[in-house]
Amino acid sequence: MKRELIHLENIAKSFGNLLVLDEIDLSIYESEFITLLGPSGCGKTTMLRIIGGFEMPDTGRVIFDGKDITNLPPNRRPINTVFQKYSLFSHMNVEENISFGPKIAGKSADYIRDKVKYALKLVNLEGYEKHDVTRLSGGQQQRIAIARAVVNEPKVLLLDEPLSALDLKLRRNMRRELVRINKETGITFIFVTHDQEEALSMSDRVVVMNQGYIQQVGTPENVYNEPENAFVADFIGDSNIIDGVMVRDKVVRIFGREYPCVDSGFPEECPVDVQIRPEDIKLAAPLEGAFNGVVTRVVFWGMSYDINVEADGFEWLVQSTTGRTVGEKVSLHVAPENIQIMSKPQSEDEEVAKDN
Amino acid sequence: MFNKFTRNILLTPFLIWAGLFIFVPLIFIVWYGVTDYDGNFSLGNIGLIFERGYLDALKLSVELALISTVACLLLAYPLCLILTERQRDNTTIISLLFILPLWMNSLLSTMAWQTILEHNGIINQFMKLLDLPTFHMINTEGAIVLGMVYNFLPYMVLPLFISLSKIDRSILEAAQDLGANSWQKFFRVILPLTLPGAISGITMVFIPALTTFVISALLGGGKLLLIGNIIEQEFTFQYDWHVGCALSVILMIFIILNMLLTTAFDPMKEAGDEH
Repeated sequence: MKRELIHLENIAKSFGNLLVLDEIDLSIYESEFITLLGPSGCGKTTMLRIIGGFEMPDTGRVIFDGKDITNLPPNRRPINTVFQKYSLFSHMNVEENISFGPKIAGKSADYIRDKVKYALKLVNLEGYEKHDVTRLSGGQQQRIAIARAVVNEPKVLLLDEPLSALDLKLRRNMRRELVRINKETGITFIFVTHDQEEALSMSDRVVVMNQGYIQQVGTPENVYNEPENAFVADFIGDSNIIDGVMVRDKVVRIFGREYPCVDSGFPEECPVDVQIRPEDIKLAAPLEGAFNGVVTRVVFWGMSYDINVEADGFEWLVQSTTGRTVGEKVSLHVAPENIQIMSKPQSEDEEVAKDN
Repeated sequence: MFNKFTRNILLTPFLIWAGLFIFVPLIFIVWYGVTDYDGNFSLGNIGLIFERGYLDALKLSVELALISTVACLLLAYPLCLILTERQRDNTTIISLLFILPLWMNSLLSTMAWQTILEHNGIINQFMKLLDLPTFHMINTEGAIVLGMVYNFLPYMVLPLFISLSKIDRSILEAAQDLGANSWQKFFRVILPLTLPGAISGITMVFIPALTTFVISALLGGGKLLLIGNIIEQEFTFQYDWHVGCALSVILMIFIILNMLLTTAFDPMKEAGDEH
């Protein structure tokens, strides 16, 4: 495993009576691209601000490279931030914006000139030194904000929903750019987003958060394919989540029928959440599959169809590349390895997944 | 919004007002200033400014107005910085605190200062009570500056507060994030971004301070004459409108110079705009 760079140790934070973070324990490794993913109000931005030094945790510590930096102000942390609103200095041109950090660090004029050039090249805006930042497009401003942060050679770059203000095409482009900059510079990226597609496509690891708690930490494949609870399954991608009972190892009961699966380690007769991805369900002729039902709705998305099938009183979502017609009788088939068993949360908010 | 015709109609009342009560009097003042009793053209009245008494008054006026303006600036910046930090909670109370002193008649508040600073005023009586040495405060340049700062500070605070509260918090966080300590953050980011506000504050304090005669009359005790007092005397005691107008013209030139100078230092035409 890579070297641990940041360790968040049992962090909690409240604003007034509102608990925004609790029991946060997380290791962040050198050079990785880690994404904090969750709905708005889940505490992801507060967590980022605690790492940046803009907020103080109520309890817990922030360990950076073995040293406790919990009480260090932002200007003394080897960490830089790309803000959501870019936050460029409007009274300075591109070059002055980028050289702000190195100038304060007391670097020589030659060094600064070379570094500004390098940073602009890194974000594909060579020759923009003298441009007025207020005249640049949103995408260009965002690149300058990245260059202004990266030029300081920080160990860690914090990115607070940096793509949310860009249009779709630009956003896709910037995703690739950010991954490239991460690999090229070796800087650890901590990226905050509510967009699961962004999180899955860019990150080495994803931290799924909800209501101030970490729900699951893992690789994109990991959190998508093996969500640890119903929140993660529901938040990332589309899911059919069904109440089930674990009969014994590798056998689950859904809608009164025993069904083979690949999970084990649950107590016998333990109630569980069963997750099945819509793209993992195969439609077959009636009686061929495990569940029989009727097509109730069909939506064409270009690449595929979203098909709703009512079976056993449950509305299944199925994704298929071939269309069906409403009212058609079908059956559903799911391979055992595509059935994901998750333990039920103790209470809705307080389910805290373990770091894996 | 309006077409050209309606715009002209809507502008007419103001244009008539401005013509009758601003432009025409201005012509009269200039005309009086450059003529003598017989109505002949003469620069003699303007030339009077180079005589000792007048020149000293002008010098003292510029000096005290400058000191007051700088003092207001130095007081207003920290005040506004602290207030914008807390702004989120109670903006209205704060704005009220700025505007409240403006509701009080400035003549009254200056007279109040008189009674505080007098030889037998509140401060000295308190000192006597404690058997401490008394101060000579009234009729000094310091007393006049105090009166000016007290009266004109709100005019500095208001534009400064507005331009400070326009700065997005994340801009300041960005400066800090890039390694700036509080001083660097102030001098490299806050100061340049609030310069337009500071400049309108400077103009709004410097001009009334330069032309005041009430404050200097009450707190200067008629011993320290500012150019405003001299102009007042020319009109009310000497009945020499020609000299009074000539001095007013000179004062106007100083004000115009001040405005040209401050706009020349203004790096941006729009105040603290980020987009």
